[in-house]
Amino acid sequence: MAVDMSVTFGTRTLPNPVMTASGCAANGRELHRFFDVSKLGAFVTKTVMMDPRSGRGTPRMAETASGMLNSIGLQGPGIHAFVEQDLPWLKSVGARVLVSIAGNTAGEFADVAKVLVASDAFDCVVGVEVNISCPNVANRGLVFACDPLASGKVIALVREQLPRDVPMFAKLTPDVTDIVSIADAAVKSGATGLTMINTLLGMVIDTDRLRPHLGGITGGLSGPSIRPVAVRALWQVTAAMREGRFQTVPLIGVGGVRTGRDALELIAAGATGIQVGTATFNDPNAPQRVLTELEALADSHGVARITELVGIAHDRMVIP
Amino acid sequence: MSRAEQSGVVQVQGEVIATRRVGAYHHLTIVAPGVAELARPGQFAALSVGGLTTGNLLRRSFSIHKVSPSGTYGGTLDLVIAAKGAGTEWLTSLRAHDAVDVVAPLGRAFPLPTEPVPCVLVGGGYGSAPLFWLADVLRERGCTVEMVLGAASEDRLFGVVEARRSADGVTVTTDDGSAGVKGWVSDVLPEVFTRTGAPVAYACGPMGMLQSVTRVASEHGAVAQVAVEEAMACGVGVCMTCVMPVRDKLGVTKMVRSCVEGPVFRGDRIRWEAFHDGVCGVPEDAVGAPKVGGH
Repeated sequence: MAVDMSVTFGTRTLPNPVMTASGCAANGRELHRFFDVSKLGAFVTKTVMMDPRSGRGTPRMAETASGMLNSIGLQGPGIHAFVEQDLPWLKSVGARVLVSIAGNTAGEFADVAKVLVASDAFDCVVGVEVNISCPNVANRGLVFACDPLASGKVIALVREQLPRDVPMFAKLTPDVTDIVSIADAAVKSGATGLTMINTLLGMVIDTDRLRPHLGGITGGLSGPSIRPVAVRALWQVTAAMREGRFQTVPLIGVGGVRTGRDALELIAAGATGIQVGTATFNDPNAPQRVLTELEALADSHGVARITELVGIAHDRMVIP
Repeated sequence: MSRAEQSGVVQVQGEVIATRRVGAYHHLTIVAPGVAELARPGQFAALSVGGLTTGNLLRRSFSIHKVSPSGTYGGTLDLVIAAKGAGTEWLTSLRAHDAVDVVAPLGRAFPLPTEPVPCVLVGGGYGSAPLFWLADVLRERGCTVEMVLGAASEDRLFGVVEARRSADGVTVTTDDGSAGVKGWVSDVLPEVFTRTGAPVAYACGPMGMLQSVTRVASEHGAVAQVAVEEAMACGVGVCMTCVMPVRDKLGVTKMVRSCVEGPVFRGDRIRWEAFHDGVCGVPEDAVGAPKVGGH
């Protein structure tokens, strides 16, 4: 029997939980050559800021064991070009879009959201992902999402700009002492849900030249090597919500998902949605393939709805 | 119309049917149905390495050496690979009938002249790989083709014999003088441009060589079309790692992806001065360049 793959975030129901991950799929046209992006639960766009941004110099990338380090520096066209060129295209192919936004200041986040909301194609937007955790910014690891107060401020300002029915997700970094306190602050400030995790701050040294490999020196670590960190972060925040420490909100799991089984692992830890990121570089068809594999796995577990598996590992701990 | 026809690219499970050493390089022939019909000279293929459970996730990109739409085994794709890291070593260790995932053809091809003009084709090391196919296409259009192949040493030249078949004239240079003229391609190029009066040069090879081909070409009133080498993670335009500063038609510099906007660029549009010893900076006048504090 076919499993009901639909998932709900606030007021929006998506046909399935699988999404692209911000910064791993550009803004749709490139991957649409390989599969129909409207078949995904949502398409998550590359983080956009107010102004056009060149990003950093090169090298921007280093391959690591089961992963990679990137130092792009949030290259993008700026929100005005995005709403004039990218968003209408995504709408034209029928994609449901989760727009990732960022700002240098809390106020810029809100300004970007304001332009987005006022745009003609805004009706294809099923949510906004607030990227408060990209490590490739001028102050390196000291991102908004390292501090509950700074996180809460950004989330509250963006919330003011968005219509009440538009879901808003705070994207969190695992590079903190206590991710639960950041999650708590984001939810209390109005986040509909949380996306976990962004890349971890890392560094590679070129051992031939004996100098930092990346032009930007440090970069964000992603890929299957960080999946256990994502599982841990989802687990901790889910456990805290189940204990009633703060309001229960849906989580989007991201970090090292390469197969349907990897996706199921994040779902069992507490994720309702799943984003496929770095695996797309290995296989441009990865998001669609993960969806197919996840559906088959859910079926093999005998559930009628994928949502029955969300956080299920919390109920199955064996305590001798 | 199929998605492949619409998009001009396919992802296929390829099968290696031949692999052989050529000097310092490996030449692979891969059955990859659907690629040959879409590919043009200058485009590239992105191969996954290491098999399904590998820890090496990033694709390796190579200029397409040649394609054949219908062989005994179906359409084939030929690539020339230098083993210089874990991924390329895996590829060169493949044997006949081994599987390899291929995404191709990718990127923009060499633009062809509308008139039958003399053309200079310059290859550095195995960067010459796409030039023989290009030479055949140019000569079919009535162009004369002069080829210059350079490398550090004789074993690092690729395709000298093929060049004599594909080109009207061939000049070889090596840094150490082990074959042809001792020196760089830029040492012999002024004479080649002067003799042929070529208005266009096509080049593929290391960035330093592409810069010097661009310089010599413009000194002789010629346009250089160069296929660049940049580290890529995906090859399909989504990772944003393979960018370089390039001027557009209006003279505005942007950090553009060499995998989709390239790999072929007009040499005089590349901001060569931004490249230093394996690092490329963002020119201050580039669109969205970092202000104080950086990105």
